[in-house]
Amino acid sequence: MPNYLPHTAEQDAAMLSFLGLERLEDLFAHLPAAVRLAGGLPIPAGRSELDVLDGLAALADRNVAAGLTCFAGVGAYDHDIPPVVRALASRSEFVTAYTPYQPEVAQGVLQALFEYQTLVARLSGLPVANASLYDGAASLVEALNLAASTTGRQGVLLSRGVHPHWRAAARTFAAGTGHQIEEVPLVGGVTAWPMGARDDLAAVVVGYPNYLGYLEDVAIARAVADESGALLVVAGDPVAAALVRSAGSWGADVFVGEGQALGTALSFGGPYLGLFAVREELVRRLPGRIVGETADTAGRRAFVTTLRAREQDIRRERATSNVCTNQTLMAVTAAIQLGWLGTDGLHEMALRCASGAHELAERVTQIPGVQAASEAPFVREFALRLGRPVEPVLAAMARRGILGGVAARALDPGDGTRGEGDDVLIVTVTERHRARDLDAYVAALGEAVAS
Amino acid sequence: MSAAGGRAASAPLVGRESEPTMFELSSPGRSAAQLRETGIAPRALEAMIPAPHRRDDRLVTVDLAERDLVGHVTRLSARQYSVDLGAYPLGSCTMKYNPKMADEVAALAGLAHVHPAADASLTQGWLELLVTLEERLCGITGMAAATLQPAAGAAGELTGLLLMRAYHRARGDARRRVLIPDSAHGTNPASVTLSGYQVTTVPSTERGLVDLEALAARLGDDVAGIMLTNPNTVGLFEEDIEPIAELVHGVGGLLYYDGANLNAILGQARPGDMGFDIVHMNLHKTFATPHGGGGPGAGPVAVGESLVDFLPGPRPVRRGDGYGWEAPARSIGRVHGWHGNALVLARALAYIETHGAEGLAAVAEHAVLNANWLRRRLAAVLPAAFDRPCMHECVVTATALKEATGVRALDVAKSLLDEGFHAPTVYFPLIVDEALMIEPTETESPETLVALAEALERIVARAHDDPERVHAAPLATPVGRVDEARAARTLVATEDMAARAGLR
Repeated sequence: MPNYLPHTAEQDAAMLSFLGLERLEDLFAHLPAAVRLAGGLPIPAGRSELDVLDGLAALADRNVAAGLTCFAGVGAYDHDIPPVVRALASRSEFVTAYTPYQPEVAQGVLQALFEYQTLVARLSGLPVANASLYDGAASLVEALNLAASTTGRQGVLLSRGVHPHWRAAARTFAAGTGHQIEEVPLVGGVTAWPMGARDDLAAVVVGYPNYLGYLEDVAIARAVADESGALLVVAGDPVAAALVRSAGSWGADVFVGEGQALGTALSFGGPYLGLFAVREELVRRLPGRIVGETADTAGRRAFVTTLRAREQDIRRERATSNVCTNQTLMAVTAAIQLGWLGTDGLHEMALRCASGAHELAERVTQIPGVQAASEAPFVREFALRLGRPVEPVLAAMARRGILGGVAARALDPGDGTRGEGDDVLIVTVTERHRARDLDAYVAALGEAVAS
Repeated sequence: MSAAGGRAASAPLVGRESEPTMFELSSPGRSAAQLRETGIAPRALEAMIPAPHRRDDRLVTVDLAERDLVGHVTRLSARQYSVDLGAYPLGSCTMKYNPKMADEVAALAGLAHVHPAADASLTQGWLELLVTLEERLCGITGMAAATLQPAAGAAGELTGLLLMRAYHRARGDARRRVLIPDSAHGTNPASVTLSGYQVTTVPSTERGLVDLEALAARLGDDVAGIMLTNPNTVGLFEEDIEPIAELVHGVGGLLYYDGANLNAILGQARPGDMGFDIVHMNLHKTFATPHGGGGPGAGPVAVGESLVDFLPGPRPVRRGDGYGWEAPARSIGRVHGWHGNALVLARALAYIETHGAEGLAAVAEHAVLNANWLRRRLAAVLPAAFDRPCMHECVVTATALKEATGVRALDVAKSLLDEGFHAPTVYFPLIVDEALMIEPTETESPETLVALAEALERIVARAHDDPERVHAAPLATPVGRVDEARAARTLVATEDMAARAGLR
């Protein structure tokens, strides 16, 4: 028996007797006999926590990737998370709280979410952010739903510069909503937009930077959207946002992004953090929860989830989003991480990522046979053409202790295409990388492509 | 009897002032950040990012000393109720104790420090973990295979409905409607709409169960399936599940099991044995992964044999003596940016492995024991909406109290906060007037149940003696009742909006 049940045998007996029952199984006597499970669950017997921990630690030890110096990114970034952020974000008052349905006893989470919303709004250059979605892919899916409900149209022009997995998720959910998604190819690392007005277009979606790391001319995407009266959705990166023009300043209607870089560990892909911000006119179509400031009966400042009439529990089948549980803890963590970094720290951190990435890009493109995939500007991530399949190169680099990046081909967009070719490698540098890590990278890549 | 371990009335939520926002605490020039020495020469921004893309101003976030950041966040935490603090009898949410051991699992560097795009050869431990969890979840639910990608219950619902859709379409069968009982969670109808189907509502009987005749009348060959929560949202087991399954399968429809209430039947009955074809689970409810103040959750979806080929991909699979990824033949595609909320999945596996078959059965037994004990104990003051054995939660009604005293379910809930407990879910399910939905969970002791019952009895007595005091509650909390209308009328969702509204 697990130790988490506080009941003593005597208490069980007394409670059963209060109910006029004899045995615990009598509690289930009203279930039809045919559906009662005979013989117990077909899973192993329980073990002590310490034995279970040992077992899982042994599994964890088999994840070789955890010990490699990580130059992989593409929406999952290996940033430093300082002890103070870990300590604060793991406070059980946040970790073990429920959704703030009772604002009088949930001011902690509510205020932290208000602060998070403020920070996401500033990062995006848009006035209003929600209290988080599941991840970047979910934010994109919700952005398309918002655009469709706002415009009454279903057409989407989706740049192939948007993360392939996000595009795959968008296609999955479009099977239900009926959105007509057209993917727009990249040429030279940036989107080759089709021109011409259309009357069916709800949204134009551009990655900024795109998933290969490149900065595209968002003004063109804005013009493509304007020509057809569509919304512009910019999929961005919160660290790059410290250095590049904000989505809002490019005229985005909606900003979506992956917020994992803000204090959440790589975590094999989750739980992450879907960033979502909009122009003020769109706020009543915002998916998920939003926290607003108000006052209590005594006039004290108070926070509460608001514009609740949008949400599924009230609107039911007329809701345009079914989101209930989101990623509050990651949002609170992001606010703490940004609080720790501060204005100058965020800028400096982003600058270090960019400086390291530019140095590495210059050095690896000196290796014979290795070329930059595009001449477009980038921030902290760039793509290489190796002129040979990437996977064996990554395997050789792993043997030298380096996770050399992400093979573009490994990011299956799920549409039968395999991304940007099997020789494209996407490389990311963060503030964790030191000069000797870059040296080791250059040596390992050089050796791998020379063999 | 000893004192109640789950009552938080002693919590030192000190001070009657508001906590300043981090932006009010901010002072330019302060900084907590310390970055490591890299030995890489910094470059000028201008040398890296050309003018049209370069920010022309500094992105101002907030400027805090580390000490002030720690003080601020810690004080916020003192203004927050949590499971660790006290009981959370929030119906339909299964706010049970979250074993600390799982925190250590999630913190293992070998799990937390793994990039999701790393090759399968470098992530064998994670793949084995995911495959093992899938097997356990299938064993627990009686299903053939599962996807671990959905990040929460609602994501699981939509995934399940898209599976239903793909199944029918593959048979050249364009069905249009999904049946949902009127007691269902709001996510159910919202998910149905997003899956491209239309909702047909099925009424409940006087007994709080699906009305079989009404169900039969709504069936037809355009029905894709039915979504059921069992036990349902009034905490009652749908005893007619066999005829329901027969009826729905009879017209070629599928049965979808909303796993919100799976905690009640662990080791006692399995959705697969009841005839369900698609099952979503809320790991953050049933398997005790912490809710995080509203997420992260995880909402795996398990299916029967006939739907395995449609599951989202890629799926982790056993391959020879190792593990790899595989896309099911007719997959609906991805439903998550990577592989799902992996660290939440690891916590859930740890919970399942510690409990095992017997432990999970004991969980359900004690969840049901606690709920029935409370239902019986409260009968005189807050009668159950349906006076019969319940499962893991009981729905009581304050209708009589309101008629006698003017005190409503909401007032009772707010008064409970002053008594040192989190409030139950109120005004849900929609089919019960003045509903209070109480789910004590198995991890609250009998002493805590007694304290909770006594608190509710005091509140009801107070409602008769001094209703104004009950209307005014809560008084012991950091803020009193909140002006929700004002928040919705004038949206102030950020510090900058507050400044524009003259609030700073």
